[in-house]
Amino acid sequence: MYDMKALYQAKSVADAVALRLAHPDAQIIAGGSDVLVQMREGKRAGAELISIQTLDELRGVSMEEDGTLRIGSLTSFSHITRDPLIQKYINVLGEAVDQVGGPQIRNIGTIGGNTCNGVTSADSASTLHAYDAIVELTGPEGVRRQPIGEFYIRAGKVDIRAGELQTAILIPKESYENCYGHYIKYAMRSAMDIATLGTSVNVRLSADKKTVERARVAFGVAGPVPLRAHHAEQLAAGQPVSLDLAERFARAVKEDINPRDSWRAAKDFRLHIAVESAKRAFIESVKLAGGDL
Amino acid sequence: MSKSVGRSVPRVDAREKAAGRARYTDDLCGQEALVVKICHSTIAHGYVKSIDTAAAEAVPGVVKVLTCFDVPDRPFPTAGHPWSTDPSHQDVADRLLLNRHVRYYGDEVAAVIAQDEVAAAQGVRALKVEYEVLPFVLDVQKAMADGAPQLHEKYQNNILGHSDVRRGDYEAARQEPGLIKVEGWYDTPTVQHCHIENHGCFAYEEAGRMVVVSSTQIPHIVRRVVGQALGMPWGKVRIIKPYIGGGFGNKQDALYEPLCAWCSTQVGGRLVKLECSREETFVSNRVRHAIRTHIISYVRPDGTLVARKFESFSNQGAYASHGHGVNAKGMNAFPQLYPCPNVECDCWTVYTNRPAAGAMRGYGIPQAMFAGESHIDDICKAIGMPPLEFRRRNLMPVGYVDGFSKNELYHDTFNQCMDKGIAAIDYIKKFEAYRDQTGPVRRGVGLAVFWYNTAVWPISLESSSCRMVLNQDGSLQFQTGETEIGQGCDTAYSQMVADAVGIPLEDVHVVSTQDTDVTPFGTGAYASRQTYIGGFSIMQTAQALRERILNIAHEQTRMPVSNLDLVDGQIVRKSDGRVLKSLGDLATESLYSLEHSQHITAETTAQIKSNAYSFGCSFAEVEVDIPMCKVKLLRMVNVHDCGRLINPALAEAQVHGGMSMAIGYGLSEELKFDERTGKPLNNNLLDYKLSTFMDHPALEAAFVENPEPTSPYGTKALGEPPACSGAPAIRNAILNATGVAIDCCPITPHVLYRKFKEAGLIEE
Repeated sequence: MYDMKALYQAKSVADAVALRLAHPDAQIIAGGSDVLVQMREGKRAGAELISIQTLDELRGVSMEEDGTLRIGSLTSFSHITRDPLIQKYINVLGEAVDQVGGPQIRNIGTIGGNTCNGVTSADSASTLHAYDAIVELTGPEGVRRQPIGEFYIRAGKVDIRAGELQTAILIPKESYENCYGHYIKYAMRSAMDIATLGTSVNVRLSADKKTVERARVAFGVAGPVPLRAHHAEQLAAGQPVSLDLAERFARAVKEDINPRDSWRAAKDFRLHIAVESAKRAFIESVKLAGGDL
Repeated sequence: MSKSVGRSVPRVDAREKAAGRARYTDDLCGQEALVVKICHSTIAHGYVKSIDTAAAEAVPGVVKVLTCFDVPDRPFPTAGHPWSTDPSHQDVADRLLLNRHVRYYGDEVAAVIAQDEVAAAQGVRALKVEYEVLPFVLDVQKAMADGAPQLHEKYQNNILGHSDVRRGDYEAARQEPGLIKVEGWYDTPTVQHCHIENHGCFAYEEAGRMVVVSSTQIPHIVRRVVGQALGMPWGKVRIIKPYIGGGFGNKQDALYEPLCAWCSTQVGGRLVKLECSREETFVSNRVRHAIRTHIISYVRPDGTLVARKFESFSNQGAYASHGHGVNAKGMNAFPQLYPCPNVECDCWTVYTNRPAAGAMRGYGIPQAMFAGESHIDDICKAIGMPPLEFRRRNLMPVGYVDGFSKNELYHDTFNQCMDKGIAAIDYIKKFEAYRDQTGPVRRGVGLAVFWYNTAVWPISLESSSCRMVLNQDGSLQFQTGETEIGQGCDTAYSQMVADAVGIPLEDVHVVSTQDTDVTPFGTGAYASRQTYIGGFSIMQTAQALRERILNIAHEQTRMPVSNLDLVDGQIVRKSDGRVLKSLGDLATESLYSLEHSQHITAETTAQIKSNAYSFGCSFAEVEVDIPMCKVKLLRMVNVHDCGRLINPALAEAQVHGGMSMAIGYGLSEELKFDERTGKPLNNNLLDYKLSTFMDHPALEAAFVENPEPTSPYGTKALGEPPACSGAPAIRNAILNATGVAIDCCPITPHVLYRKFKEAGLIEE
């Protein structure tokens, strides 16, 4: 039994926008795997909800004409993992979201909900950051596109404006083309857990596989919002592939990350794991890209 | 005997449970029930100065608000122990229904009764509680110190109990020249049972009596406690226990039955229900005692134990519940498991401002085995002896008798169990191969043993009562006061009944529900006593029923009783084996006889003045990823000697469940508290790291079946033993892999990070 004041069922994206304007305090509910838990805990007791559950136009993965991958915000984690376009172009994202909760949660949880929550531990977030994903928001003035790094404002707060609704996550071709990535979810158990640290690395190697053309690394739970480690990325760019590079790349992530001490994990422990994870994810990404080290 | 016993017959409740037809407490509660929600304290220690209920009472749907200022001043005990008629042995009565003096973060201060759950929750949120805040203490040894915050007036330095064991002369013996001293401190965590069904109950008055339907392991004990708490004659209380979704000892306590019953009395006897959320279950039910243990062993270089000292400090939390018995049980295992002529043991149980600790699967033994078996491997490391050789040399020898319980080790059980485990996991070869590894990822194997006392004799009452009622078709119903809580005793009992009476298993109908109005008296499910204790009353009652049946058979067949037998549901003439009639025909004739109609029943109480040791061991193989501070459990084997197996498949399942609990205990589970506020931090199933299937290897169970001579079925404890030795086996495997001796569980990545850094295995 949920303490719910009202439930408004959106019939289309335009209807959802209208409902958002008519009920500015209402909470959007998609899969419900976060919102309902929060209501049960009393945090959102008495909430008004706008359900977008039935908006099938927001489901599915497609490729736009310019090669941009478009992931509808209501696409569930299990659909993302099993999608052929995802598997072909950005398999690491499918692997990352396959580590959310358990199978039932992955069947109802959506990538839109995962990102709109604004939590640093979201399993999709570090990979989306590492691929410079673009968030598509639809509002009364039409569509607005925003880089994911700017979408996250602070812990639990993302840039969704009055009347807006997140409608898609876009991965530009330039982000994924010839890129191979690996995600390491560091958690206290092997399933049904939130990340103590999430590390997503992807690399693009030169044609001869000897040189790192570009490396990207993003972390979840290394700061209040997911973040990139630019020092490490710059260090690796243009460098010959080697285990030594992996070590130096990994140590350099400490320049950018700022995990906190909490009862869930100590700062020094998180830093240690971040370096080790960055190293392993880098090595794995290089191997996936055909590199030899 | 034995057509059913010893066979892996399907559980008698399997179909009902698998199909979702089995009805649990909440399934039985009427839709009209009012809902009770509890307001829990948000400070760890202090007094409630006032509670403003006006806003809560104004919430639509709220029927009544009850606070700690409304409850009777009648302290009651909650432990699921048999009552003692000797006042000096009675459980500590330190609870009130709601508390003005709050002693932990989560204590009950008020209850809101409403028409539905939402209104009740809104009512609780609308209460304004004003506290006088007192200093609090969470650490067990700090709580014993002079000047520590006092929780209960009568208990100086918060010490609820202390007991000791003295053998020989420890001080003199340790002076022997050439001894090696090995000393360690071992910490075990506060964990919770995490049974799948949270505790819940509902209560109503009927004909001037109080009826409570509850998810409990101990209906007859709960009847007594509800009577005591409400000041009602015990006969005016009726407790009904339907199917329950696990208990593991948490429900071996009166939990919220007294409060729920009292709430009903405050709304004119209307039906009220109280269901715990998972968050409440973690904090405001019971937990396992966190115990800190200090062991010193003086050992000769050849591995002879010369003198040993043992001290353990048990964190009781805010209320006595099962109290000192848990720590005392753990301590008493110490001098028995590795007999040593000079021993000094002391154990203390101490109140702190944490959730109340009660019974939990293993009852002090998982804690004692973690400390004791970790320490044995520390001794082995210090003297350079393989852990297996040390155990073979020092473990309880065959023929050992405990002077108090008269328990005896009849067989070479420890070696037999260890031999099976060694073979299963290839322990000896791997132990040597894994000794001196280098590199970031290393493997190790570990071993730990346990000892477990079945049942509670002679500390406490042991008896069991059973009733059997024959039907017209020759089938029967039977009842005992010992409860099915998922462990499978309904099935094991049915097998025992079939064989003891002489009827096919399909003609045995167990009455699974205990209803204190009709079920014979019994103290419930705990202490791994069910198959052992129940076996006595089943055998005795079956014999009484057979005697009645054969007497009636004599009336009906005119054959002398001495020439009659009941075999597989048939009355047989022994001299020539001829079937004279079926039991069904006999029963029908007996019931409808115009001359002498008889309803055929038997009911007896068995006095059990014996007890039995149960034994076993765990072997674990791990892979330790040192830079990632992670342990992967590759294999785990438990070997048990619980006597003769009544149902091998159920026994195996029981072992798997216990191993899973031991894995969580060893690697991940711990209820954590904020040091600044005493607030529990992770009282939910996301943040409390109960292990999942993904964290388990395939669990392997093996058995050694030495029949227990005191049991009519040759059986003894298996309920709790599987949870006892897994954690130290994992710990010792990590020692084998890395050379790092961990001094606490759970052995989480946080712990490994610190320990590996100290050992220089990972860089700063």
